[in-house]
Amino acid sequence: MTDLTRLTIAEARTKLRDKEFTATELTDAYLAAIDAANPSLNAYVAVTHDKARAMAKTSDAKLTKGEAGALEGIPLGIKDLFATEGVHTQAASHILDGFKPRYESTVTANLWADGAVMLGKLNMDEFAMGSSNETSYYGPVVNPWRANGSNKQLVPGGSSGGSAAAVSGFLCAGATATDTGGSIRQPAAFTGTVGIKPTYGRCSRWGTVAFASSLDQAGPIARDVRDAAILLKSMASVDAKDTTSVDRPIPDYEAAIGRPIKGMKVGIPKEYRMDGMPEEIEALWQKGIAWLKEAGAEIVDISLPHTKYALPAYYIVAPAEASSNLARYDGVRYGLRVPGKDIVEMYENTRAAGFGREVKRRIMIGTYVLSAGYYDAYYLQAQKVRTLIKKDFEDAFHAGVDVILTPATPSAAFGIADQDMNADPVKMYLNDIFTVTVNMAGLPGIAVPAGLDASGLPLGLQLIGRPFDEETLFQTAHVIEQAAGRFQPQKWW
Amino acid sequence: MSVDVQTVKRVARLARIAVSEDDAQRMTGELNAILGFVEQLNEVNVLGVEPMTSVTPMAMKKRQDVVTDGNKAADIVANAPATEEGFFLVPKVVE
Repeated sequence: MTDLTRLTIAEARTKLRDKEFTATELTDAYLAAIDAANPSLNAYVAVTHDKARAMAKTSDAKLTKGEAGALEGIPLGIKDLFATEGVHTQAASHILDGFKPRYESTVTANLWADGAVMLGKLNMDEFAMGSSNETSYYGPVVNPWRANGSNKQLVPGGSSGGSAAAVSGFLCAGATATDTGGSIRQPAAFTGTVGIKPTYGRCSRWGTVAFASSLDQAGPIARDVRDAAILLKSMASVDAKDTTSVDRPIPDYEAAIGRPIKGMKVGIPKEYRMDGMPEEIEALWQKGIAWLKEAGAEIVDISLPHTKYALPAYYIVAPAEASSNLARYDGVRYGLRVPGKDIVEMYENTRAAGFGREVKRRIMIGTYVLSAGYYDAYYLQAQKVRTLIKKDFEDAFHAGVDVILTPATPSAAFGIADQDMNADPVKMYLNDIFTVTVNMAGLPGIAVPAGLDASGLPLGLQLIGRPFDEETLFQTAHVIEQAAGRFQPQKWW
Repeated sequence: MSVDVQTVKRVARLARIAVSEDDAQRMTGELNAILGFVEQLNEVNVLGVEPMTSVTPMAMKKRQDVVTDGNKAADIVANAPATEEGFFLVPKVVE
């Protein structure tokens, strides 16, 4: 029998219904792959063998009866940020030590309702704060990709590094992820996978550990564009439990794949041509432009003048919201408690021991910019700049642009424990320079693999769409995928 | 704007994070690097610009003011480090 873990979700879906193999066989193939690979890749922080087999058994019964859901029997990995009832949910933090929620997040509940099988919880940057998956309490995830002729361990990106590595390394058919500043799209680009951050409000945030509530949005990471469309359809919903969940019907995203893009207007923002950007990134971008042109799209130069202010504004807004959201971790209701001589010392000791360096740094920045006397200078200014960033996009879309094409990241995957990145937090933050604008404006963005760099590492392009126009992103990303081909790492693990 | 070690210690206190002298020294440098980076926002002319309150224009959803949940005391305290008879247990707050 062929290796079942190599099948896409769409392929596995057909073969399961045709009874070529059972959901139990597919799940067992993934569990075996995880058990063999996880000591090397560290993509999973918890593997739910028994639950996976029980869910697969239920799926097999449904498949036999012809009652299969949209994702019946498809084994998925779940980012540790999503609450899963009775299962490890710690946002890869020490402060949530031992936390097993008594409830299920809306996004994962939607997936299980459609028949998906849970393989386990995926590693991530602590509280989704990071771009390399190195801030995890459970240690870094190793990228399944290596440079040609090199054994050097590379990061898978972050914060959804476990999700991206598991999808790229065939340790799940697809994964849930979240994106606050680029945490789906940057790791997707670093691992040759497809990742989409839908419009803010498309997926319910209920039961997802909060980082920055006005920016956080869940989405899938998958092996190809079609699989990403299939997953998003199941993850998205209208949810009364999240007041920012948008009351709009969910389109059949898969149906958008294969639609011609002839006559579509593709905007190329000049501000994304950054100083010191590697030539390879520019060349990749030009290749993407050529592919879309060949497919009949009209290419137009556009200007998004406030682009360079998105990242600094983000580093006020996101830490401010995080400092408020993370106030709940106090050693009283869940997780770690470190005793002190009184209750305040207990809080302080618990938070000192429970949070890692990057999380503390962001809580401190957030507390400072919200503190008396600084609110107007920092937070209010950043929220005004955010209005201008969003207006830049609105102007482009009003002028008739259907979709915007940019690079996904300023470089390919870098090494674990990179000295430059570790010495300067701002350098690490620059990873999100092309993705963070999209979160600030609440728009949908997709990262799609478009080529390899000179050392054989994957690079991605990003497409940005109008609010709730994910269909155009899938449609256009598929054109890029058809032209670029798909990219898979050489197995070494 | 930049912060000194005393400010860092005060902010850590507000954030309820215990910091050692070494932590405070290190954080001062890190925080100043980030504050230096965000300084460029002051170049932007924001005259007459409304601060963003919501990325998608929407009316806040409201639900019926009725009880939809409850009788879950055991679930609520299930993950707490210390409990007694359905209550969270903390060190003495009032002498």
